[in-house]
Amino acid sequence: MSNEAVESATVSTVAGTVAHLGTPRGGLLRSALRMWRTRIGLLCAGVVILVAIVGPLIAPHDPSEFVAAPYAPRGDGLLFGADHLGQDVLSRFLHGGRSILILSVLSTVLGVGGGVLVGLVSAYARNALDDVLMRSMDVVLAFPQLMLALVAMATVGPKGWLIVLTVGLTTLPRVARVIRGAAVPVVERDFVGASETLAEPRLRILAVDVLPNVTGPLVVETTLRLTYAVGLVASLAFLGFAANPNAADWGLMIQENASALTVQPWGTLLPVIAIAVLTVGTGLIGDGLARASSGIDRGRADG
Amino acid sequence: MSAEELDDVAAPAASGSAAPSGAGADVAAAVSVRDLRVEVAGTRLDIVDGVSFDIPPGEVLGLVGESGSGKTTVGLCLLGHVRRGATIAGGSVIVGSRDILQLDALSLRRLRGRTVSYVPQDPAASLNPALRIGAQLLEVLTVHGVGDDRPARTERVREAMREVALPDDDAFLRRYPHQLSGGQQQRVGLAMAFVCRPRVIVLDEPTTGLDVTTQAHVLQTVRELTQIHGAAALYVSHDLAVVASLADRVAVMYAGRLVEQGPAAALFEDAGHPYTRRLLAAVPDLRQPRALEGIPGRAPSPGHRPSGCSFAPRCLLAIDECTAAVPDEVVLGPVHSARCIRTDVVRRSARVASMPASGTPLVDAAPVLAASGLRIRYGPVEVVHDIDLQLAPRECLAVVGESGSGKTTLARTIAGLHSTRDGELTLDGTPLAPSSRGRSREERRRVQYVFQNPYGSLNPRLTVGDSVRRPLRLLSVDDAEARRRVSAILERVSLDGSYARRYPDQLSGGERQRVAIARALVCEPEVLICDEVTSALDVSVQAAVVDLLAELQRDLGLSMLFVTHNLPLVRAIAHRVAVMQQGRIVETGPVAKVVDEPQAEYTRRLLEDTPQIEAATD
Amino acid sequence: MTDQTVHTDVVVTDTPRAPARRWRLRGVTGFVVRRLLLGLLTLFVASVAIFAATQALPGDPARARLGKDATPASLAALREQLGLDRPALVQYFDWFTGLLHGDLGISLISGQPILDDVRDRATNSLALVLVAALASIPLSIVLGSYAALHRDRSFDTGSGLVLLALAAMPEFVVGLALVALFATTVLQVLPAVSIIPPGTSPFADPTLLVLPTITLVLAVAPYVARIMRASMVEVLESEYVEMARLKGLPERLVVRRHALPNAIGPTFQVIALNLAYLAGGVIVVESVFGYPGIGVALRDAVLNRDFTTVQAIAMLIALVYVVTNLVADIATILVTPRLRTGLQ
Repeated sequence: MSNEAVESATVSTVAGTVAHLGTPRGGLLRSALRMWRTRIGLLCAGVVILVAIVGPLIAPHDPSEFVAAPYAPRGDGLLFGADHLGQDVLSRFLHGGRSILILSVLSTVLGVGGGVLVGLVSAYARNALDDVLMRSMDVVLAFPQLMLALVAMATVGPKGWLIVLTVGLTTLPRVARVIRGAAVPVVERDFVGASETLAEPRLRILAVDVLPNVTGPLVVETTLRLTYAVGLVASLAFLGFAANPNAADWGLMIQENASALTVQPWGTLLPVIAIAVLTVGTGLIGDGLARASSGIDRGRADG
Repeated sequence: MSAEELDDVAAPAASGSAAPSGAGADVAAAVSVRDLRVEVAGTRLDIVDGVSFDIPPGEVLGLVGESGSGKTTVGLCLLGHVRRGATIAGGSVIVGSRDILQLDALSLRRLRGRTVSYVPQDPAASLNPALRIGAQLLEVLTVHGVGDDRPARTERVREAMREVALPDDDAFLRRYPHQLSGGQQQRVGLAMAFVCRPRVIVLDEPTTGLDVTTQAHVLQTVRELTQIHGAAALYVSHDLAVVASLADRVAVMYAGRLVEQGPAAALFEDAGHPYTRRLLAAVPDLRQPRALEGIPGRAPSPGHRPSGCSFAPRCLLAIDECTAAVPDEVVLGPVHSARCIRTDVVRRSARVASMPASGTPLVDAAPVLAASGLRIRYGPVEVVHDIDLQLAPRECLAVVGESGSGKTTLARTIAGLHSTRDGELTLDGTPLAPSSRGRSREERRRVQYVFQNPYGSLNPRLTVGDSVRRPLRLLSVDDAEARRRVSAILERVSLDGSYARRYPDQLSGGERQRVAIARALVCEPEVLICDEVTSALDVSVQAAVVDLLAELQRDLGLSMLFVTHNLPLVRAIAHRVAVMQQGRIVETGPVAKVVDEPQAEYTRRLLEDTPQIEAATD
Repeated sequence: MTDQTVHTDVVVTDTPRAPARRWRLRGVTGFVVRRLLLGLLTLFVASVAIFAATQALPGDPARARLGKDATPASLAALREQLGLDRPALVQYFDWFTGLLHGDLGISLISGQPILDDVRDRATNSLALVLVAALASIPLSIVLGSYAALHRDRSFDTGSGLVLLALAAMPEFVVGLALVALFATTVLQVLPAVSIIPPGTSPFADPTLLVLPTITLVLAVAPYVARIMRASMVEVLESEYVEMARLKGLPERLVVRRHALPNAIGPTFQVIALNLAYLAGGVIVVESVFGYPGIGVALRDAVLNRDFTTVQAIAMLIALVYVVTNLVADIATILVTPRLRTGLQ
């Protein structure tokens, strides 16, 4: 129906065509890596991830340490000046990536893991179970992810586990739709029918026959969802809903220093650039993977 | 350059006089192709090379070949069109007195649809789903400025519809393509091609996917239209029988080259090229049981074509000189020639003698598989009604029918893939559960299934060995034993040991089908259900696979249920045949009897409408 | 490697399609009615979900309102005032029926009816979304089609990369970059914040709308453009477009009459999704620019634990979603003859 068309169309958009059944073993990653866009994407994302992970170890100051007057400009041992409280921008920046990374990765794992399960089961069942599952997914899809996260935080407040839960659970139906869309043509193929004549256990059929043949869309969708998860977690922090309001957090930094954009831009610009580079990087990787997985489909037999 | 200039061939007489056929030498050809060469874009690899032929007005030239032969490419070149990834690299296509390969874009556009038109293979895909059919017919006329005004053009459209035996009223013209049946869609395609009274028509396998009966009607229409309008037609096809019933002359393509061309009768009865002969030997014969012969190996793709004669690696008559250079055309008759240096040897060899095909069934023993009062439903609708069927041990029973007859549904139900049914189905007297999940391991082992589509029946992520091995889970065998059995069965289907490690996408269609057969046989079943297993394969590959199946059925004592829509194929492998129509069996009996003396009206019609090479050349 | 197959997509099957259930209404009207019912069902389930999220999650709403140091007495009083001591089902029923009458409830912060607060805000947001939609949809359709018609050439590759980057970045990043570019750091031609005085029309000072609108457009256009491109490419490579060319039709006609109409269909779905997505995107964009709309209202309500307002705004956004999806589904049906007549 409507959302399904959109989701498969979204994958199509990224892929150019709907990803092909059965990508060659290992060939997907290799052909994706051959493209310059994937490599640049890996570089971008890699650098930012490195900064986020290693940052706290190399930061010159403690992120909550007051080192200068608020909004002190660059210089004086402060590479990027001081923020709205007088803390070192660079140190806060180096400390601020971990939280976003951890939360987005966890929520993506939750969303993709659950979505794959639901999508596969739904595609294979193709009966009442399929209808029930997909209608339930439709309800969740009826809301923007950000809104649902905010609503959930209205009473509980911004807790890390809640962020992971809401972002993950709102990602789940989107992944489920895409995986189901990719799995249905696989399920209709005769090799699944061959396994059914042998009456192999259903889980085995899903694991051996169906899942390996949707790895193309799966990998693409995972990078897509990771990109959005980073965006969502950062947006939540920007709106004031960071998991830990006292710790350094890129989204929070942006919000805190946004008003001083004219005076001391670095407090805002550093994290903005980092988030931008990270998301563009994962986006490029996803695009490269999508092209690799659909590129295998090219090449018609000529008569 | 105007359309009129393109028409400056002496116009053939209008309806009433058919143009002379087979007398190309003294009538100016409507289209002349010389040394056509098409290459893969950006390379020097040839897709088509050195193709030359003429088609006089009013004549049908059948262009025959298997996949990869380049026949569709040649057909499209007659419109100056080539698919993405290919370029026209040389040669000429002369229509009227102009070489269309040299035309500028505007003149080419004017030519298409008006002077040279095209009937595509898949009518459903070639009609715009968003436009009404009347509009799609009208726009051809409008764009080419045929007719003075809209009412005149609409009248032309109506006339075109009548010519293809379709209703010409407004209501019908306002339909969308999806509201028409396959046969009707194809007729609309024909109408669109003929509406501007073109000089040349290219028909690209237009009856593929149609029922035999619909196909017969469409072929009849094509015959009539080409004669009435005096158009020259190029009929591209892989189906030799269809070509035999329609074409005046036939040209055979292999690996991008024209290997033989001549009058239909001469070519079919006394072919000069080894490939033509082998191809004819692979076509199933309705009139007598004959072992089908495939051609070992596979056709070379662009870039892998050997020097010299491209058929030499697979040819039994090849000698060293064959690979030295591409053979010149050897004249065999007034308009009959072949590219082979050994045509004398070829013509001396007799046609393949008839041989009994499959083993002898145990007719007196109790049936191994029996259905009684079987009724099969899809949801609330019953689609297969009241089937009574027996399969004797070691017997091959063919189930024949057109699409919609229920034969595949029946086959799938017997295999346990489809479970909404009533009635009795027994294996050796014991009732079988409707779904395969309800059956015992032993029962599942004893009844195995081979699917139609070789591209869909193997998991692309598993090696051949792993795929073939899976049914062995029904038996408790250890790894070593399993590996042994897999190798053994692969050998049996003529695939050597190295195949076990390969992946399906490295195999050809014929090889994949062999793997599917191996997989079905690895746990030594008693009943093998073959569902249209060769429908997606080339003629020569089909012959090899059917030959293999007949051999296996004989040697392993299999009871086989062979489902097909291809009636002549039945003769090559089955002992008895059951004819199905709209969910019922209308006739059963020994193959010879049913084919020579059909009792049911439907069977008679089916036999009449099935094109046969022998019938056409009599 | 030559495939020795002839026509793998011509499957000679005889599996009939499952017939339609007899009680179904026929035709387009029937379809519209069914979708309407489905939409209403979705809204109903959504209301339950929103209600449950705000009032059934761990965490005491009263405590959340009053803070950790609240006395038990004040907590009890607030609970009674809010009606939290009643059974959940009764609370839900009251709230839901109130919604149906247009009564959005009382704000916990201001004590005023939410409807009054929200009306102004909703108008502002609507203005923003409408302008963004009107700008982005034709732009992305044209962009996508052009890229498809000249695919794999420099415009296509270049625009593809730019759109990919824009789609990947969160909207606040895009917004802040625009602010830095045009308002604060690089140029100073546009206002950095768009605070519209309450009670005035959002169109009174158009410069306030420029940057937020551009941000929203850049957030939404990439998706629609890329879908349009993919759809167009698929159509341009279809057999019926090839056939149109082989009939001798001029390229203009092929594109206009054969390609575009078939490419537009799937785009409606995406347009709908993105219109609805705009409804969610406003939350962030408004926050970046201080634009007094419904997004900022929601954010503030959540920050202040004003959960009745949160419920009301969430339902509003859900309503927008459901309505746009409904309209898109119907539009797609009307535009695709195959689907339309299949209903008959």
